[in-house]
Formats: sequence, C-alpha cells, structure tokens
Amino acid sequence: MEALKQELKAKIIEVLNLEDINVADVKDDDALFGDGLGLDSIDALELIVMLDKDYGIKLVDPKEGKNIFQSIETMAAYITANRTK
Amino acid sequence: MRKTYINGVGCISAQKTFDTIFLEEAIINETANVLPLEIPVYKDFISPTAIRRMAKGVKNGIVASALAMKEANTETFDAIITGTGMGCIDDSDKFLRALIDNNEEFLTPTSFIQSTHNTVGSQIALGLQCKAYNFTYVNGSVSFESALLDAKLQFDENEASSILIGGIDEMNDYTASLFKLAGFIKQDNESPYKVLNSTTKGVVYSEGATFFVLEDKKQDHSYAEVLDIEIINKLQVNEVEAKIIDFLKSNSLQISDIDAVILGFNGDVETDVFYRKIAENCFKNTQQVYYKHLSGEYNTASAFGLWVGAKIIKTQQIPEILKVNSVEKPDYKTILLYNQYKGIDHSFTLISKC
Amino acid sequence: MKGVAITGMGIISAIGNSVEENYASLLNNKTAITTIENISTVHSDLRKVGEIKKTNQELADELQLSADNNFSRTAMIGAIAAKQAVQDAGITSINEYKTGLISATSVGGMDMTERYYYDYFEKPETIKYISCHDGGDVAQKIADELGLKGMVTTISTACSSAANAIMLGARLIKSGKLDRVIVGGTDALAKFTINGFKTLMILSDGYNMPFDNDRKGLNLGEAAAFLVLESDEMVAKENKKVLARVSGYGNANDAFHQTASSENGDGAFLAMEKAFQVSGLKPEEIDYINVHGTATPNNDLSEGRAIVRVFGEKNIPDFSSTKPFTGHTLAAAAAIEAVYSVLAIQNNVVFPNMNFKTPMEEFNMIPQTTLKQKNIEHVLSNSFGFGGNCSTVIFSKSE
Repeated sequence: MEALKQELKAKIIEVLNLEDINVADVKDDDALFGDGLGLDSIDALELIVMLDKDYGIKLVDPKEGKNIFQSIETMAAYITANRTK
Repeated sequence: MRKTYINGVGCISAQKTFDTIFLEEAIINETANVLPLEIPVYKDFISPTAIRRMAKGVKNGIVASALAMKEANTETFDAIITGTGMGCIDDSDKFLRALIDNNEEFLTPTSFIQSTHNTVGSQIALGLQCKAYNFTYVNGSVSFESALLDAKLQFDENEASSILIGGIDEMNDYTASLFKLAGFIKQDNESPYKVLNSTTKGVVYSEGATFFVLEDKKQDHSYAEVLDIEIINKLQVNEVEAKIIDFLKSNSLQISDIDAVILGFNGDVETDVFYRKIAENCFKNTQQVYYKHLSGEYNTASAFGLWVGAKIIKTQQIPEILKVNSVEKPDYKTILLYNQYKGIDHSFTLISKC
Repeated sequence: MKGVAITGMGIISAIGNSVEENYASLLNNKTAITTIENISTVHSDLRKVGEIKKTNQELADELQLSADNNFSRTAMIGAIAAKQAVQDAGITSINEYKTGLISATSVGGMDMTERYYYDYFEKPETIKYISCHDGGDVAQKIADELGLKGMVTTISTACSSAANAIMLGARLIKSGKLDRVIVGGTDALAKFTINGFKTLMILSDGYNMPFDNDRKGLNLGEAAAFLVLESDEMVAKENKKVLARVSGYGNANDAFHQTASSENGDGAFLAMEKAFQVSGLKPEEIDYINVHGTATPNNDLSEGRAIVRVFGEKNIPDFSSTKPFTGHTLAAAAAIEAVYSVLAIQNNVVFPNMNFKTPMEEFNMIPQTTLKQKNIEHVLSNSFGFGGNCSTVIFSKSE
C-alpha cells in the first residue's frame, strides 16, 4: 500500500504536469481537488484514464471519480480493492 | 462611425520582438527552413497551475496579448477576436498520434481540448473573465485579417470601443515534415534560403503570436489608425493593381498617397510574382517593405506584418533590414499592406498615422 | 428591426439529403442515430452516430469531382449543401454582386488526416490530402465549387461556429459590405472527434435524450447546411422570395471553463439577451426555442437555467432539441438548426424533442415531444461551444 501511494504521487505529478510539486510535498490525506493540489474536472478525466491504463479499472460515470480521487489515501484504497492489473 | 486605433501591440515571433524597440536585434537566418521561435519566459506571465496544460500557441497568445494589454493599459474588452490557420497543431497532432498508435484506447482530454481552434481566444477570456463576444477565424492566410475586419466592423457600427485581436499559429516537427513532403516548405538541401529573388518553390516556415489592442479613442501612446481592410479569395496576378487602385479610391486615396507598401514576399518562386508585379509597376516609386525573411511564413504571419506597419508609423523609421528598395520619405503617414499565400486569400490593409 | 433576408437554404444530414427530405423526416419522427458505417472505429458498437449514409465516392460522384480531387468529406458535404442553397436562392451569376462565403467547421479535413497520417510518407498518391487538413481549405473548396471569388472566411468556435457564421454574414449585409452572403457550416464525422468527446465522457452509449432527467450524453453527427442572406436592395431588385429573416443575434463567452458550461448559464443568458437587444423583440414574442440541447448532463442544466432566467420558469415557450434526429453535428449544428428554424416558421410547426421521458428535477421545463402546429412568428435558436462560446440567433417571419 505504501509503495502504491508513492507510485500514485509520482504518476499524478507526471501525468498532470505538476512541475513545481515534489512527491514529498504531497501528503497521503491532502485534498487533491479544490484547496489541496488544486486539481479540476479535466484532471479528473486524466486520472480516470490512468486508472484504466495502469490498473485496469474502468469508470463509466465521471461522477464516480469524486469519491475515489479525494486523496492519495482514498485512491490507493480503491485501486487496491479493484485493480485488475 | 467610430475610428479604430491600434493602442497596444505584443508579438512573439522568430525574432526578439519583446523587450526590444523595433527589430534592432533582428537576425536573418538563411540556413533554417523552419525558423525557431524566440521564446519569452512564460512563467513571468502565466501561473504554474494555469500553464501546465497549455499548448505552445496558448502560451504565446497569452504572453503576446498581455504585452499588448500592458501597452494599451487596459484589460477590458467588448470583444476578443483571434485568427489561426492551423490552431494548436501540436496538440491536435499529439491526440491524433495517440489515437492511432493506441488503437483508440487510453486517450486523455487535454490535447483534444487544446486542438479546438478557439482555445487561445477562450483561454484569454477565461483569464480575464471577459464575457464579451469571442470569435475565432480559421481561414488560411486571411485568418488574422478576418479578425481585424470583424473588429473594424464593430467600431464602424459603434458596437465596441475596445477590442483585443490576435493571430496565432504553431508549427511542430511532424507538420513540418508533412509540409516538406508536400513541397510547402523548402527542401532541406536548398539553403541559403533567400526570400527576395528566390528561385525555388515553397517557403521558410515558422510560427508566432501577434496581438493588438484596438480602441476607438486616440491616446498619446497610439500607434496608428486602421483605415480599412478587404479580403478577396481569388485574384489573378494582373488584377491586383486594379484592385489596389479601387481599394485606395474607396478611401479617397491614390497610389502616390502611400508612403510605404508592406508586401508579403515569402520566397515562393511561383507566387511571389503577385508582389513583384506591383513592386515593379504601380509601387516602383514607393518605399517597399518585406518581413517574412524575419518572421518566416505561417498563416498568421501577416499579423507580424501589421506589427511592422504599426511600428513604422509610431517610430517614423524603417529599419534597413526591412527595406526592399530605398525611396526616401520625410514621413510615413499612410501604409498599405498586401498579403496572399499560394495565390489565394488576398488581403489589403490600410493604416495611417493618427 | 426587420432583419436580414434569407433567400435560400441547402442541407445534407443524417435525416436527409435536401431541405425537403430533412423536413419530411422531422414531420415523421424519422430519427437517424445508427451504427457508424463509413469509418472503422473500435467504438462503433457502443457509440451510435448521426451519419450521412453515403460513401466518399458517392459524394464525389454527386459533385462530379475528378479522380485526382483532394476533397475531405467535410468539404464534400459542405459543397453539396452550399450549392443547394445558391440554387434555392436562384443565384446564377455568383460574382455579379458583392457576394461572400462565411463557412464554419471544427475539424476541417481531419477525416483525411487521420486516414493517411502515416501513409503520407509511404504512399505518394495520398500527399495531395496534406493541404486539405485546415478549416480554410474547406471554405476554399466550397468557394471553388460555387465559382465565388470574393470574400471568403471561416469561423471555428467549436459547436457554435455556424451560428457565428450566420451572425457575421448578417452584420456584413447590414453594414453594406456585402450584397449577398452564403453562410453555414460543415463537419464530417471523424475518429478524432468521436474519441475526443469520449475522453470528455460526454458521449451517450444509447440515444441522446435532451432535457431528460436520465440523459447520459450526446451522439455525434455529421452534416452541412448553408443559407443565403441578401440585402433588401437585392431582394427588391431581383424580386426574391424571402424565406424568413435573421432578426437578432448575440455571442457571449461563459468565461467559466474550457469545456463545461457554468451552473447558471451566464454565457447563454448574455447571448440570448444580446439577441433580444439586436432584434428589438421581447421574450414573450418567441414562439419556439430550438435549444442547443446536446443531452449532456452539463449542457441541458446550464442552458435550462439560462432559459429560465430569460423567460421565467412559467413563461417558457415551446422548445425542443432536434439533436435526437441528427446527432450533434458540431460546427454545422447551428446551420442545421437554422434551416429547421426557418422550416418551423414557413410551416408553422414545432418539431418534437424525441426520446424525452422524465422531466429534470432542477426545474420545471418540459420540451415539446410531439409535432405541434401553431402560428410561428419568431424562433430563437441556441448554440454553445467549447471555450465558453455561446451564441443565439433569432429568426422571424418575413411580412
């Protein structure tokens, strides 16, 4: 789980071009959207593709992303429970 | 009928056109068939959160428009109008390549969104929170002139007092390779690439973003007044002179009133004849100016041409590097710009000292 | 304000290859959202579209193009619609008066670019298509087909493009810059747009259901439509029949998000407000709204709220989205719907909003779900695009 969290932080920084942020800057329970990392709905769509591509998880409704992408913590938990690859 | 004044300009191009006065650092590059851009420090203008998804054209457009707004000292507009021949071609290309390479799987929206041609104009509006009229023209070498014509129409009809207009185009490696294949860009082994008296087909390409703040009020810092603009899809070489005479006449002017003519010479041996014919005839006693040896050719390079025209009128001088011939003039009051690409999409723009 | 005269129309869409065929389909509930046939895409089973059931070869034959032509599909359907419009307006000598063409497209010749992307370097016979990628090439080809030499330009503001082409055309006529202008838009289906909209997760996996509480997104479509606008001097001089008039128009930017519309539909509200100002009409004079109604959760909520703001929830006129018939035809959509608006005025009929079952919970807005006959003087048509681009055009009966 810890390794997955680190992996997610690195991936999010890379996929979303968060140039000024380091893995160490992101805490497990930081809000990814809104006040935290400041991600938006387009980022959410990017993350949905990442779930599909890297973990074999297909979301059909973008609204499902809301709960999953609350924080690194929630993302890692969801991926662990649902991953197919 | 309100007047149209150019009250601020901003330009990102293959030359250092920011933090300079008027091409004093310009360099003629005759060895590249795609001129690289002189890139500003984007982060001086755009926040890190905003910049991370922006295409090159969006960044250049935002910086060029910011420079123009700073000069004009306004950020409030009744319209934002842009022109672009190809849009943010690099993101279109990225999305398309991913689509083909991954057999339509695992695609992400960012590059698709930026492939929409109005993305520059709308991201500027988003940044300024400007809810006004917002148009984007996409029509080859009259993309920018269409934006200018639209703006002028709004001033003429008393519908606007302040409009931001701009021309933006991108180039990337893949598109350049296609354009070489099709012969639009000069072949790799043909350098030195000269624009005047070229004997080869095709052009030297580049990219850029040029913005103008247009207002109905003359200011101390005004550059020039835009008198008129006309767009014509098709003309024969021997029809251009008559067209120009007509166009000038409708503005109560004649050839002898033109203090300088800015021509879109681009080194394509097949179509530069459109310019050469008038340069050798009706404008042989007129100061002729060219600029695509500095800016390269691209669909909105003519916006760089208007930038040159505005600078000539404001500074009342023409850098030697721009001169086709040498006709001394005590002052530069009225300037005509003429542009076409591949013999179609002709435009005539008339500006004057204000 | 009397408005600018419309003297001709042409259209090719999934529901018909002419104005008459489109009208017949609208009257008979003949929708045309089907499995895609002309493009091979991995999404063909799940993403139905509004497709013109003609191959490129059939379209080329119709235009009598030579074998070495380099028309994109977008240019071909555009040329077909524009030629119909010019013929309908009875124009024979196109350069006799100051005549312009204002086209609109979103992806231009992308259908060819995506087909030959890697072939260009392998197959010399495909190189001719490199120049047909950009939007301007589409207008150029249409102008050539019409023999038109004057002002030609193209507007690309995503899904509101053709509304803006109509708007610019009307302004050019009003200002006297042009005597006649052919305005409209064209967009062919492409894998590029199918996949692009899919990444935004706004494609329906079934049939689009505008203004339904359970709507799940849009179906893409392809189409082209053009209208001929003429000055009153031209109409008088040539004794032209006026089909209807463009009486109002407005464009505004939502300035909210790159692809989504704002909660309260600010941009849409402002566009409608401006159109009313230009026309001098009041909201209560509108008999029918042809809504943008893409059936994405976001559009219909935002557009609905804007309509409520303009008209008042109790005073909303009959409204419908015609996208269940045609699919969302992107840059062409507003031209398609302009033709439908004129047909509504000519025939005094409101077209049905198909696929509607359950009202949205956010407000009390029930679209007209069956064909309705009534006198129609004024139709308001909305079209919104990415980048917050919001446009409204009002069409009126010519007295």
